[in-house]
Amino acid sequence: MSVQQIDAQWLPQEGETLVFDVNPVLNERHTHYCPGCHHGIAHRLVSEVLHELGVADRTILVAAVGCATFTYDYFNVDGLEAPHGRACAVATGVRRARPESVVFTYQGDGDMAAIGMAESLHAANRGEKITTIFINNTVYGMTGGQMAPTTLLGQKTTTTRQGRDINNEGGPIRMAEIMAQLDGVAYSARCSLDSVKNVRAAKSAVRKAFDVQLQGLGFGFIELLSGCPTNWHLDPIAANKRIAEAMIPVFPLGVYKDVTAGQEAGEAGRE
Amino acid sequence: MSQGQNSSERILIKGNEAVAFGAVDAGCRCYFGYPITPQNEIPEVLSSLLPENGGQFVQAESEVAAVNMLLGAAACGIPALTSSSSCGISLMQEGISYMAGSHIPGVMVNMQRGGPGLGDIGPSQGDYFQAVKGGGHGDHRNLTLAPATAQECYDFMFRAFALAFKYANPVMVLGDAIVGQIKEPVRRVAPADAVSPEALAAMSKDWRLEGFGKRGAGASPRLLKSVYLAEGALAERNRMLMAKHEAMKAECAWECVDVEDAELVVVAFGSIGRIARSAIRQLRAEGHKIGLFRPITLFPFPEEALRAIAPGRRFLVMEQNTGQMVEDVRLALFAQPGITGSSVLWHGIMPGLFIGADALRDPMLQALKEK
Repeated sequence: MSVQQIDAQWLPQEGETLVFDVNPVLNERHTHYCPGCHHGIAHRLVSEVLHELGVADRTILVAAVGCATFTYDYFNVDGLEAPHGRACAVATGVRRARPESVVFTYQGDGDMAAIGMAESLHAANRGEKITTIFINNTVYGMTGGQMAPTTLLGQKTTTTRQGRDINNEGGPIRMAEIMAQLDGVAYSARCSLDSVKNVRAAKSAVRKAFDVQLQGLGFGFIELLSGCPTNWHLDPIAANKRIAEAMIPVFPLGVYKDVTAGQEAGEAGRE
Repeated sequence: MSQGQNSSERILIKGNEAVAFGAVDAGCRCYFGYPITPQNEIPEVLSSLLPENGGQFVQAESEVAAVNMLLGAAACGIPALTSSSSCGISLMQEGISYMAGSHIPGVMVNMQRGGPGLGDIGPSQGDYFQAVKGGGHGDHRNLTLAPATAQECYDFMFRAFALAFKYANPVMVLGDAIVGQIKEPVRRVAPADAVSPEALAAMSKDWRLEGFGKRGAGASPRLLKSVYLAEGALAERNRMLMAKHEAMKAECAWECVDVEDAELVVVAFGSIGRIARSAIRQLRAEGHKIGLFRPITLFPFPEEALRAIAPGRRFLVMEQNTGQMVEDVRLALFAQPGITGSSVLWHGIMPGLFIGADALRDPMLQALKEK
């Protein structure tokens, strides 16, 4: 499973221009994700960024629990498995033990914002030099569609059968905004994977979330609004539509903190 | 390693401080912990000692976070430590199980306090079961060492890291409020069987995470995990862990005092073992044939050694709980012809009590009479 050599047949032939490279940081294998799921896009963006930064050979991935448990089967980097919610604590240990490494966690909404809220906020507050990829699809995917901290009000899940009620379950938690409040966070942004335009914006935000780690500026956080057609009981196109029409109004896209910009953007813009 | 001390110099420190010095001298470079009485001197000393020695100290937001930081650092092949006490160790069980399942050599110190629940901050040996039977979910065992003196607190940190790296397994140093708080002279010199930090690093080279680039051209990424979903894969993993637990029996350690002609052998560990020894010395001086067997490794339990001294003797287990190690003593001894329930007596000291040798004298005399 060493870093793959690019087969000659994939290199540009006469008259062709290479516009889309094979990415050696992502393994060539089928994923276990459902059709229409956005994990594949998120993986692609993160692996492209690691490839472009040239840091894959010193990267350590901390995999979480949930749909992304098997992240380490797809990324061609050293990896380890964290207990449910503890990825940011494990990543803290990794980065403290190997300060020269590049460390990232890849976590879902249940992992980061429910069981792992304490570990996530405190690692961020300490300014751990790690990057966290946070997949927000408003539902627990792997366990079969239960309520997540990010579940929208009124959203029906297997544990909110009448729809999430603010008086019983509280409202959806907005992590990008919360992260931006913490001193140790160097970059916090929310992007979406529902359209080509948004995917392109997400790529540069992911890059930025790694840049601040590499520059030693602090914790890099990127929230990616993602589709879960299976547990939303929607086809992939309708799932994308739901992100645009129902999720983005509740989870506004934007950069909530960027210490490299010298000022904060978005609604939390107060230094 | 010995910080310029020669073997004749002794420093007056607490058991907890000895843990901190021992850990750093043994090569520990990362500590993660959350304050809890009666072990606070460990993080307090390490908060300055580790940075001074090029290491990292992190006060975690909880024991759950601390043990998972330990998991991350230890996965990198760096000697790393956490410490806590009883209720804090309960919170750490999740990470301990994951370390056992993922072959990660974490070292944790438990300076036990009275329980169950919040209990009190006095001494106890109530976490014996939790320590030696695994404690977390799933089939796993922790190598468990029980120091009885501040010097052993220092020395056992070397042994803990050596065993953790040898077996790629969690190691628990199981002390209590007495051994953690007692202040006595300690030689800050690496014990004769110490494994150097360089040797520890060599032991981790085949599994540690560092980024594949550090392993030369053509190196493959590594993965440390405990999830095995394919049919039969977890069974195979657990068989391997079982074989590892079996191999650990080579590490059994114990101390025998005055057992050669003893009619009654007291079995006690840690602080109670030490207090029992004082009582036994008194009784010996009065002509009673009584000795001490002190297990030093609680897992693996030194059952062969105990069986070897069993013929013709009776045993009195003394421990500061409501009856835990006595079960392992009975398991070990009842396999021995001629040993019955009446041959293995038990006397418990309740958690939270500070007792002296005098409190153990009467139960010993009583057991000597019960032939």
